[in-house]
Parts: sequence; structure tokens; C-alpha cells
Amino acid sequence: MAHSAVPVTARWPDALAGVLVLVLTLGTLGAVAWRAEWGDGLDPADWSAIGFTVMQALLSAFFSVMLAIPVARALARRQFWGRQLLITLLGAPFLLPVIVAVLGLLAIFGRAGLLNTGLAWLGIAPISIFGLHGVVLAHVFFNMPLAVRFILQGWLSIPAERFRLAASLNVPIWRVLELPMLRAVVPSTFLVIFLLCLTSFAVALTMGGGPRATTVELAIYQAVRFDFDLGRAALLACIQFVLCVLGAVLAWRVTGNDPIGTGLDRVVRRWDLARPGVDYGVIILAAIFLLLPLAMIVLRGLPEFFNMPAAIWAAAFRSVLVALGSALLCVLMALALALRGEMMVSIVGVMPLAASGLVVGTGAFLLVFPFIRPADVALLVTMLVNATLALPFALRALAPAVEQIKQDYGRLALSLDIAKGSWVRLVILPRVRRPLGFAAGLAAALSMGDLGVIALFAGQSEETLPLAMYRLMGAYRMDSAAGAALLLVALSFTLFWICDRWGRADADM
Amino acid sequence: MLTCENLILRQGSFSLRADIAFDPGKAIALIGPSGAGKSTLLAAIAGFLSPVSGRLLWRDADLTDAAPGARPVSMLFQDNNLFPHLSAAQNVGLGLRPDLRLSAPDKASVATALADVGLDGFGDRKPNALSGGQQSRVALARVLVADRPVVLLDEPFAALGPALKDEMLDLVQSKLVAAGKTVIMVTHDPADARRIADMAALVTDGQVSAPVATDVLFNDPPPALKAYLG
Amino acid sequence: MKKATYLPAVAGLALCATSAWAETPVLQVLTYDSFVTEWGPGPAIETAFEAECACDLQFVGAGDGAALLARLQLEGPRTDADIVLGLDTNLTAAARETGLFAPHGINADLDLPIEWTDADFLPFDWGYFAFVGNAGADAPQSLRALADSDAQIVIQDPRSSTPGLGLLMWVKTAYGDDAPALWADLSDNIVTVTSGWSEAYGMFLEGEADAVLSYTTSPAYHLIAEEDDSKVAWAFDEGHYMQVEVAGKVAGTDQPELADKFLAFMVSEGFQSVIPTTNWMYPAVTPEGGLPEGFETLVTPAKSLLLSPEDAAAKRDVALDEWRTALSR
Repeated sequence: MAHSAVPVTARWPDALAGVLVLVLTLGTLGAVAWRAEWGDGLDPADWSAIGFTVMQALLSAFFSVMLAIPVARALARRQFWGRQLLITLLGAPFLLPVIVAVLGLLAIFGRAGLLNTGLAWLGIAPISIFGLHGVVLAHVFFNMPLAVRFILQGWLSIPAERFRLAASLNVPIWRVLELPMLRAVVPSTFLVIFLLCLTSFAVALTMGGGPRATTVELAIYQAVRFDFDLGRAALLACIQFVLCVLGAVLAWRVTGNDPIGTGLDRVVRRWDLARPGVDYGVIILAAIFLLLPLAMIVLRGLPEFFNMPAAIWAAAFRSVLVALGSALLCVLMALALALRGEMMVSIVGVMPLAASGLVVGTGAFLLVFPFIRPADVALLVTMLVNATLALPFALRALAPAVEQIKQDYGRLALSLDIAKGSWVRLVILPRVRRPLGFAAGLAAALSMGDLGVIALFAGQSEETLPLAMYRLMGAYRMDSAAGAALLLVALSFTLFWICDRWGRADADM
Repeated sequence: MLTCENLILRQGSFSLRADIAFDPGKAIALIGPSGAGKSTLLAAIAGFLSPVSGRLLWRDADLTDAAPGARPVSMLFQDNNLFPHLSAAQNVGLGLRPDLRLSAPDKASVATALADVGLDGFGDRKPNALSGGQQSRVALARVLVADRPVVLLDEPFAALGPALKDEMLDLVQSKLVAAGKTVIMVTHDPADARRIADMAALVTDGQVSAPVATDVLFNDPPPALKAYLG
Repeated sequence: MKKATYLPAVAGLALCATSAWAETPVLQVLTYDSFVTEWGPGPAIETAFEAECACDLQFVGAGDGAALLARLQLEGPRTDADIVLGLDTNLTAAARETGLFAPHGINADLDLPIEWTDADFLPFDWGYFAFVGNAGADAPQSLRALADSDAQIVIQDPRSSTPGLGLLMWVKTAYGDDAPALWADLSDNIVTVTSGWSEAYGMFLEGEADAVLSYTTSPAYHLIAEEDDSKVAWAFDEGHYMQVEVAGKVAGTDQPELADKFLAFMVSEGFQSVIPTTNWMYPAVTPEGGLPEGFETLVTPAKSLLLSPEDAAAKRDVALDEWRTALSR
């Protein structure tokens, strides 16, 4: 009998999580395909949509990562008052609902935005934000925070001892420590953002300025909503899956082995911190880019904030419940999968990223409709789908931490006969608290802003905050909608902050 | 008596043969160059490595397939012997109850064990509030409460200074060897072996030699050991 | 709406109650989202109809008009909906093709600029598509003039939005084979194409464009609800394409009489008087008191354009290709 190097935990939680992910990704796709009447294959417009989708996703991922590296580096090197708050705040754009973020961006970069107002004042011709560059800009705005977070974690995981060693040997820290770390962290970060942009729909359409900015997801939307051509939708969704798998395989191939070991991180002291001006300059620029649109959303929403219809508050309450439920479910699934930690897990963990939100929603509807009135399970399905869609991020945060614990303490636990429940309760949970809090916060915030599934399922009494906001816009009530958007942003951010804060509460880890 | 009976261990391309018996109630040092397989042998005895062939016996019971936690063995590793998020008392308590549901008498034994290693009143401290020597003492206290007949030491004190290390070895001598435990320690320092080990066994070239009295081994070292000691 | 079941216990009680009192019949109306919001026509219409039908009228919101049809098709013959309300004439051909609808059988005196003969679908309101801009600014007099001007507009994607599709049909109807040329000239006027009406209208209000594709009735909202007369619709010489919003009876309904009753109610005072200031469209039957104050200020197109459902369906794919080609350059 071969003994594993870590205590064995129960199999059923990860099996259950895996099955749920499979049902909601491949299962929903299957349901759509099964209902489809298969017609023609792809037309030239589809091919150009595929081309545009891949190109904008590559560019968006490239710029997000490239811009995130100096920001993460500056944040890793400098200690200043409010640094932790700034890091948390910089994460906010990733949590924004698309339409809110787009309006925030337009308030800065749009025709009547701050930038063009400033340019006009200087007598310079206005610049247009719409086009491929606008799509990339919006995607960078959304995803750079995520990249900063991932890469910053990479930086902070370089043990202080290594910096000491490098300093004493007088070897270039960049080449010996930072570059290998980036080689390990950047490809997977790039992949996640590439996949996120691959399934982008509203951003690409709104900022793209016309039909040349058609993405595969928009083509799917068109196929389902306008042509009711489920066969084409399924085919396009398959193509999205294939693109995702190609991206994943490539990213795995270029990912070097993680060279980062453990160390006792007390104070990361470094000896290469000349020229603080550059670092602070980078941090200030990033803060302006990421926080100014956010500030505009706040300003825009404030006047109507306390005059919003009562239904908004009820919807907000519902949204918070759904967000908490899906956050809990998400971290439970991520923990179960991370404890298993095999190849299958990393595949299952990426699949939700490749799924088309519309196909997931439509497929779930088809699966549910024969048995239950969709509105009755609207909030439950939203919870399940959102938990699944946030799973890749939760896994990304949790899996390496769990892996590290297994490596460090697996044998000790085995020799002490700490098994199953005790292993999870006494060792894993307290030690993953930090990534667990982060993952829960992320899942909760992402779920708060989701509009994809709920729109198809909800009746009136299941209305969530994003849906209520959207319905306000649909009824000309843009000011109330701006108030609702502010509430949405505030709630998403508060949920994230509370969870993240809880994770970091125990300082003496 | 702990017996390795025609044990063959393999890790990648490295293989180690061990046919050796450890007398109960004695301290035995495993000495040899790094990479010779000292830790591999300990891992096999602890149950982290299944032998390719051969048997591991304890008082005639076959341990070869037993799970690590089910063996009559306590082990201290080179590092990560304590859980940083648990207090000293909790870390010790794990030796009694792996699920940490400690009864009042359990807690009393934990306190006694801590006092035994000179850490009376340190129970509430987390490891990072303890010095390196104190951390080692907590780990030893856990071995005390676990009260298993075999103790494996995989150079747990290597990071300590000479005086502290000697202090810890003396503690092992007075609390464990004197209490009748079979202590098997890995070392590459003859002084450590001389300090507490009655017997020493040479590990070289994928082979574990039969243990001999420590003084005898070092006073008249075989060629392989002579080469190692330089 | 106030019908939320707060606790399973309440739901259970309600269930017992329904079976005890020889059940109140339920009429389910599948409609678009903005119809059912508390600012939409839904609540007032529900109160008015329930007062005379001894039934429970339930609105189910399902996205926008295009999503509505997709939702019905997803549900298929097993749908619980008795009425589908909110399709427009660009969608009725596809809706008819599903075979899920029964003739409405209503003979009403409709106040539409065109003659209505459809036996399956009955209009409840209508309007003209138009570009809405700011008062006081230069307003082009035609689609052609707009295309030749520097004015910046936001439009909706015809593949995901009913106004977007409306504009596609507008250009096709007005320009026929010359439509591609007009789109080519319009392309430099189009700031961007949004997926839905809300995004486009929001961007216009935030100053992103000089005008947005909406309805001639949109300024009425600002005038009446916000007392703001700064928004005007541009009247175009080619005429304006109409949107006629219709409802249809689901053939498989388990409440055929109630459904008929609802359709009759739909073209009566109780329903129609609510429409102008909640749905911001023209009612299909002008209420007794006339249109609300403010509607008289709206532009009335000299010419009403509308393709028959069959023509609209036949021309859609060609028009879409022309649009895509012209705007992709």
C-alpha cells in the first residue's frame, strides 16, 4: 500500500463540486445542443467574429498584464500609509457590473468626459474612445486589477530570505528572483484574463463602435435571442470552448515550474529600493486610471441615492443574500477541489471561464423548465451559477495555499494521525484563512453584479439589484439607475472588503 | 525490538538496502554523508515511503503496511514541526488527541509536559513568539505526551547553535532515552552521536551497516566512515 | 409586485387557501421587463383588470421584446403563459411560425395611422422610431441629411435590440436597394452601437452623442415626468418607421375565456389610458380624455412607414448583411 504524503479527506465534496461544474458548463451546452435543429455551419461573419474575439482578448490580456507588472512591483517594494486600503480599492473595477463600469469610463474618456474637456480647454482636438482601442482600454480597466492582485501575490511570495541572499551576493534581484517568479505567475494570469475577454460581450460591442467589434459571445446572443437558432449557438459555444482549451494548453506549456519556496515572511526588507519616485509615480498613475471612473460613478449616483424606489432596497437585500450564498458555495467547492488537487481539478477550475454566460443561462433554463417554474428557482440557480463562475478565481487563490500546506505539514499531520475532519478543521482552514477570505469576497462581489442568469429566470419578486437597475434604465429613469449603480458598487465592495478583511484579521500566521 | 528485515527502499533512481535491528530503549545514531539515505530510512520507518520489498517489524508485529499515524512512532522533522497558527499547548495537545478535543486531564498532561521541557507558562504562546530553542522544546513536549515507544529525529535541531543543540540532545537523553524509548537519530556530526547515542550505524553507498557501540565505531572507523570524517 | 411569498409557510397556506376556495383562475401574461416594473403599465393594469375579471393576473417579465419570443420558443408548447404581450411587427412573422398562437378574434376600432388586419396579433400601443436630440441644436431633416452631416449618433444593434432592428427596417423601407449606400454614409456618424436601448439612451443623456435612436414619444417622458423640454425628436422627410406592439393568445392556454377577456380589456379604456405615461407610447385606442398634456408637442411624421410582418421577415437577413458590411469597413 502506498501512503499519500497528506492526510486523506472525504471524496464526495470534490466529486459533488466537479459534477456541478460539469453540469453547469458542458451540461447546459449539451441541453442547448440537444434542443437545437442543426442547420448550416459558420458563415464568414462568424469567422470574422472569431478573429476579432481572439485578437481583442490577446491585446487586452497583454496590456493588462504588462501594465500590472510595474504596479505590482511598486506596491510590493513600498510601504506607505493606506497601502492595504489602496490595494483593496484598486481591485474594485474587477467587481463592477459591465454597464456601470462602461458609464464610469465614458465619464472620463468619453466625448463629454473629463479627458476631452481638458483637451478642449487646452485647444486640442477631442479623441474618440470607440474602436478596438476602446475595447482594450475597457478590458484593461476591468482586468488589470486582477492581474495586479495575482502578480502582487507572486511578489510577496518570494521569501525575505531570498532577497537577503541576493543582496549579500550582489546579484541582480530582477534576474534571479523576480523574473523566475513572473515566469511562473504571468502565463496563468494572462490566461485568466484572455479567457475573461474571450467571452466578453457588452464591453466589446459598446466600446467597439460597431459590428466589426462583434465577439463570439454576441454572435451566440444573436443566435439565441434573435434567430432562436440553438444549433448555431451551441456550435459557437463549442468554438469558444475550443479557443479556451487552446489558450489553457498554451499557458500550461509556457508556465515554468513554480520556483518559489517557503520562507518565514516577517518583514520583507530589500536592498534595491533606490528611486522611490518611479514607484510612487506608477502607483499614482494606476490609482488615477482605476479610481477616477469609480469616483465618477459615485458622484453620478449620489444625488438620487436616497430617493430611489423602495423596490430597489428589496432587490438589494435579495442580491446580498444571493451573493452570500454563492460566496459560501463557491469557497466550499474551491476548498473541496483544492484538497483533491489533481489535474482534473485544474481543468474543472478553468472550464467556467470558457463557458458562455448566455449558453449557461439558456441551458439551465432548458434543464429546469420541464420540472419547475423557472421563477421559483431563480435565486437558487443564480446562486449556483455564480458560485461556479467565480470558482476559477477562488481556486486560483486557494489551490496554491492548500498545496503549500500539504507540502509543509502533510507528513507532520500524518505522523500525528490528524485525519479527515481534523486536518481540515485544525490545519487547512486556519491556514488558508487569507485566500479564503479573498476568494469569498471575490465570489460575493462578482455574484452581486451578475445579470446573465437572473434576467432569464426572474419574475418580479425575484428581482436582484442589477436587474432592478437595468429595468430602471429601461424605463428612462437614468438618475435612479445611477443611484442603484452606486448602491450596487457600494454593496459589492463592502462585501468584498468584509470578507477580505476577515481573512487578514489573524496577523500572526 | 524494531527490525528492518531485508528492506529495499527506492526513491527515483536512488535505492537503499537495510537489514538492521534496533534495540529497544536505546538511542541509535544513523551517520553518513548527505544523500546517503539516512532520511529515507526514517521516512520508511515512519510510514511515508513504502518499501519495494522486505518487512518492518515491531515486537513481531508487521508494520510494513501500517498507516503513519497507526505506527508506534513519533517523528521530529528538520523543520515545520509546529503549526504556526496553534498555541504551544495546542501543538503539544495534538500528540494526545489528533482532533484537539482535550479533556481536563489531557490539558493537565499537556501542562506537565511543557513544564518538563522547561516551558512552564508558555502554553498560550504561538510559535512565532518563541525562540528557536523553545520551539524545539514544544515539539519535544509533544513527543513526550504522545508517549510512543519509538522516536525518530531527522536532524530537528540542526538550525540551533551548538550550546542549544547540546541542551536539546541532553533533554532527549533525560526525557526520552531514560524513559525507555527507542530513539533513532539522523546526524552527520560525530559529537551528537557521542553525546547521547549508545549505538551508531553507518549509512553509505545505499547500504545500512549493522549498529555498533558508538565509541567503538568512532575510535576505529571503517574506511567509508574514515573517508567521510576526513 | 406585492405577491411575493415571503415564507414557505405562507406559500403553504396560500396553497391550502386556493384549493379550499375553488381556485381563483390565474392568467399569466409573458411580457418584456419594463412593462412590469412599478413605473411601467403593469401594476395599474393589473389592478384594473383584476377588479372586473375575478382572476389573478400575473405578469412575467422576460427581458426585452426580442428576448420575449426566444423565451416563448424555449418554453415551447408546455409554456404556462396564456398571453404574450410586447412583440412588434418585426417579430410577429417568426412568432406566427412557431404555431403557438391562436387568432385573437377581437374586432376593435383602433386608432393607428395604418390599417390593421392581423388575425393573430392585436396591437396595444405604437410609436415612431426617431432620433432624439437636444433642443436648440441643428437638427437634420432627413436620414440622408443626417448621413451627410457631422452629427454624432448612438444606435442599437439590430441583432440584439428591437429599436436597432427598427432602424434597419426604416432604412431598408425608405431606401430599398440604396440602403447600403446610406449606411456607408451614416457609418461616420455612428459613435457606437450598443446591445440595448438602455445603454444607448444612457450614453446620449451623458453627452456621448448628439442624438440617439429612440421614439418620437421619448421627449414626452422628459417633458411630463421631469418637466424638462430640452429633448426633441428629429422629424425626417423620408417618413418614420413604426413600431406596433402587439399581444397574442397562446393556443394551448388553459384559460381561453379569460385570455379573450384580457385581449378585449387590452383595447379598452382601463388599459389604454395607462399606456401614454407609463409605456411612453401612443395607445392603440385613444382614451376618452384624449392624450395627456404634452403629447401634442411631439413631432408627427408626415409619412408612416411599416413593412408587413412577412416582408419584414423576408428582408431582415439581407438588410442585416448590408448593415454589417457597410459598418464593418
